[in-house]
Amino acid sequence: MAAIHASAPARKGTTPVGRLLRLNWLGGTFAWLWLVVVMVPIYWIVITSVKTSENYFFTNSMLPPHEITFDNYKLVFQNDIVHYFLNSVIVSVGAVVPAVAISFMAAYAIVRGVGNRWLRTMNTLFLMGLAIPLQAVIIPVYLIIIRLHLYDTLLAIILPSIAFAIPLSVLVLSNFIRDVPRELFESMRMDGATEWGTLWRLAFPLTRPALVTVTIYNALGIWNGFLLPLVLTQSPDKRTIPLALVSFQGQFQVNVPAIAAAVTLTTLPIILLYAIGRRQLLSGLTAGFGK
Amino acid sequence: MTALAPPAVRVKEPTAAGRGRSGSVAWMALPAMLMFFAFGIIPLLGVLGLSFTTWDGIGTIHFTGLTSWKAELKDPELPHSLLVTFEIMILSWLVQTPISILIGVFLAAFKRYRGFLAVLYFIPLLLSSVAISITYKALLDPNFGLGTGLGVGFLNQDWLGSSKLAIWVLVFVVSWQYVPFHSLIYQGAVRQIPVSMLEAAQIDGAGRLRQFFSITLPQIKYTIITSSTLMVVGSLTFFDLIYVLTNGGPGDSTRALALEMYRKGFMANLMGPASAIAVILVLVGLLLAQLLRRLGGRGDESQLEGA
Repeated sequence: MAAIHASAPARKGTTPVGRLLRLNWLGGTFAWLWLVVVMVPIYWIVITSVKTSENYFFTNSMLPPHEITFDNYKLVFQNDIVHYFLNSVIVSVGAVVPAVAISFMAAYAIVRGVGNRWLRTMNTLFLMGLAIPLQAVIIPVYLIIIRLHLYDTLLAIILPSIAFAIPLSVLVLSNFIRDVPRELFESMRMDGATEWGTLWRLAFPLTRPALVTVTIYNALGIWNGFLLPLVLTQSPDKRTIPLALVSFQGQFQVNVPAIAAAVTLTTLPIILLYAIGRRQLLSGLTAGFGK
Repeated sequence: MTALAPPAVRVKEPTAAGRGRSGSVAWMALPAMLMFFAFGIIPLLGVLGLSFTTWDGIGTIHFTGLTSWKAELKDPELPHSLLVTFEIMILSWLVQTPISILIGVFLAAFKRYRGFLAVLYFIPLLLSSVAISITYKALLDPNFGLGTGLGVGFLNQDWLGSSKLAIWVLVFVVSWQYVPFHSLIYQGAVRQIPVSMLEAAQIDGAGRLRQFFSITLPQIKYTIITSSTLMVVGSLTFFDLIYVLTNGGPGDSTRALALEMYRKGFMANLMGPASAIAVILVLVGLLLAQLLRRLGGRGDESQLEGA
């Protein structure tokens, strides 16, 4: 293996570290190979969703169809997808907005009230909460929801979703609020602002990127959540998207193109949102974790 | 995605913004605390309590001491589901870690491809496990799926019908979903390696392999531990994926702990033993997280840094 000279000419598009690591062909092969692995199922689900059933069963499943049909999408729409979609929107918005709001308040209190023993205990509890898996507490959550007479309502999904969004949100947000220079808080105080006013007029604008990140992250988790709707609801009109997909799968049986259309249709909004908020999500998420 | 919560994140000591007048702000933490108590802390204590009761999920709850624990610990499904859980955990770690490190090192070095690859790599993380499982279920159909489409005989197997293959399918789908995420974590870590260190190695005439094993790997040690913790603890909670893809089958060959708990509790209506499984789930998770922390030496630090 030849020694590498530090004086090697800089390649376009490489970083300083990259120049030193030089061409890593094994990693490169894997990176592109993995891209293919990632894309094949996505490609397949999209092309299958515009095939007719006959076409799917009698032609090569990897080739795009000669004639595109949207009948599968029509079938999915006829099966109440809009209703399930709205359920998911209600659950996601209904859980994420309060979750982020109260997490933001808690994070602010934890950073500002550093000397307070109660707040320190709370912070420790939240951190421990990161390690509680939802699966492990689903039975008592079910019991609580029954006792609150909320079983088979959307609120049953919303309440635990809020609770389980709190620990990570508080962690990320408090790390961001800590980065706000102390002088700014001081000058707000000099101007006679209350803590509540400082929260909204100083901390809120300065932590907006983190708030967006936390919002997207939580929304994604709740939108895709399966266990809570599965356990806490029952009637078809309370189904959220993941639950609806599973029931479509049972209902459409061998009509694979229809199932593919349902999957594509329900995934599209997330992909679109990702395309819009991509930079925010990636940079905010990693920055939040990094602290 | 709830499984992604990192247990080893370092708590930064209060610095700049801190030292406000305490007390006056404490009430702001109250709503979050109440919600978290009601649906986080109380259920966690509740599950321990329920494991000492007998309850069918509808009727009244009877305190029956160790009855549920005895029944659960005697059930041969428990060691079996533990075994399945660990099998999935270890196999998916073994598959994901080397691939993620390799891709991470590559992405760190090549800015030109990084943005492009990162965008597409992130897509699997956006999809629900349910959508992914449904897709793979159809894609792996031995008659009409991937194998026939590509004309590759090897792919033409009854993947989900054989107990040996089904577990590998789960491992593969998990990797499909999470390798990109871990690659991005690793590329962040590799970019943190001081350039001077690599330069020094080159002046000393270290080859590429030597550089990788003597500098890159030791430098990203803490990231490896963080990423492994996420993988290992996360794998305890695989539920959606198994439920939709194999439902524990064929037979009970992929019935991992979380699924076994669901079946016991919500299908067989044995909430007591199911709660016992949940307690075991929490204990195993905490134990593994601690173990991995020890492995890292500096217990309270993490080097999770990214794009």
